[in-house]
Amino acid sequence: MTDCIIHSAPEPVFAEPWHAQVFAVTVALNEVGRFAWPDWAVRFSDTLKRHGLNRDLDGGDDYFHAWLETLEDLLADQGEAAPEDVTRLQSAWENAYLTTPHGQPVRISPT
Amino acid sequence: MPHDDHDHPHALLPPEPALRVKALETILTRKGLIDPAALDEIIDTYQNKIGPKNGARVVAKAWADPEFKQALLQDATAVVADLGYYGRQGEHMVVVENTPEQHNMVVCTLCSCYPWPLLGIPPGWYKSDAYRARAVREPRKVLSEFGVSLPKDTSVRVWDSTAEIRYLVLPMRPGRTEGLSEDELAVLVTRDSMIGTGLPRVRS
Repeated sequence: MTDCIIHSAPEPVFAEPWHAQVFAVTVALNEVGRFAWPDWAVRFSDTLKRHGLNRDLDGGDDYFHAWLETLEDLLADQGEAAPEDVTRLQSAWENAYLTTPHGQPVRISPT
Repeated sequence: MPHDDHDHPHALLPPEPALRVKALETILTRKGLIDPAALDEIIDTYQNKIGPKNGARVVAKAWADPEFKQALLQDATAVVADLGYYGRQGEHMVVVENTPEQHNMVVCTLCSCYPWPLLGIPPGWYKSDAYRARAVREPRKVLSEFGVSLPKDTSVRVWDSTAEIRYLVLPMRPGRTEGLSEDELAVLVTRDSMIGTGLPRVRS
């Protein structure tokens, strides 16, 4: 068994932890049947097109920004995550990071 | 830069999009739509278990076994599923064979459709506007930028992946590889050679 294949590019699969998280959330939702992948591709493609109108997307960070926006819009349209709830929880997380002593686990209070 | 000059009195604040993702996760977890443990498993799978070496094994087997190759070209989805390579973004896979007459190259002009079970997550350049736009318009120029120059009489065919059909290129078996095992052959198969933007390694 030869297991030491050297890939042609040593780049990491995900450059940032949040890229991996948003990818995983999307795949998990697809797996439990919240949307069909072709529908996702159409929405995602529209977002990429919109983002790419004024500049060339490099396929890195900007790609996952488009991915996140697509997911937010999809969940808002489905009524699963209203934009105001997302904003509220985003602030809750930000506040938790800013008030949790360094080294402690960061949590938000359940509401 | 914030946070550089003092000794973090609080936890390091993640970037804004990371907080938006955390917000979504919180909402979906509370609704029972996703399970944080399942997310970790998905990330682990794509970071560590699925990658181009899956595709390389398929290509090596096709080089070594003519019957397998025939079956692969006829119905790749079923054949690779038999090897255990199936799942998301691999619902319908088509393998296109390079020959001295025709070189194949894959792009997704729509977004970034790609045969995940065989190649993992696409590299950044595959997702870039530059590649997506130019692969169709000027494939030979793009190939030359990847260091691939083809004989003049080899035509280039570009396949546009969609959410329904994902393509994998079966590169030509390099010379001086007679008698190699499938494992030894697999080492020669690069990710780019299965996208069509590269050629297999040549044995030193």
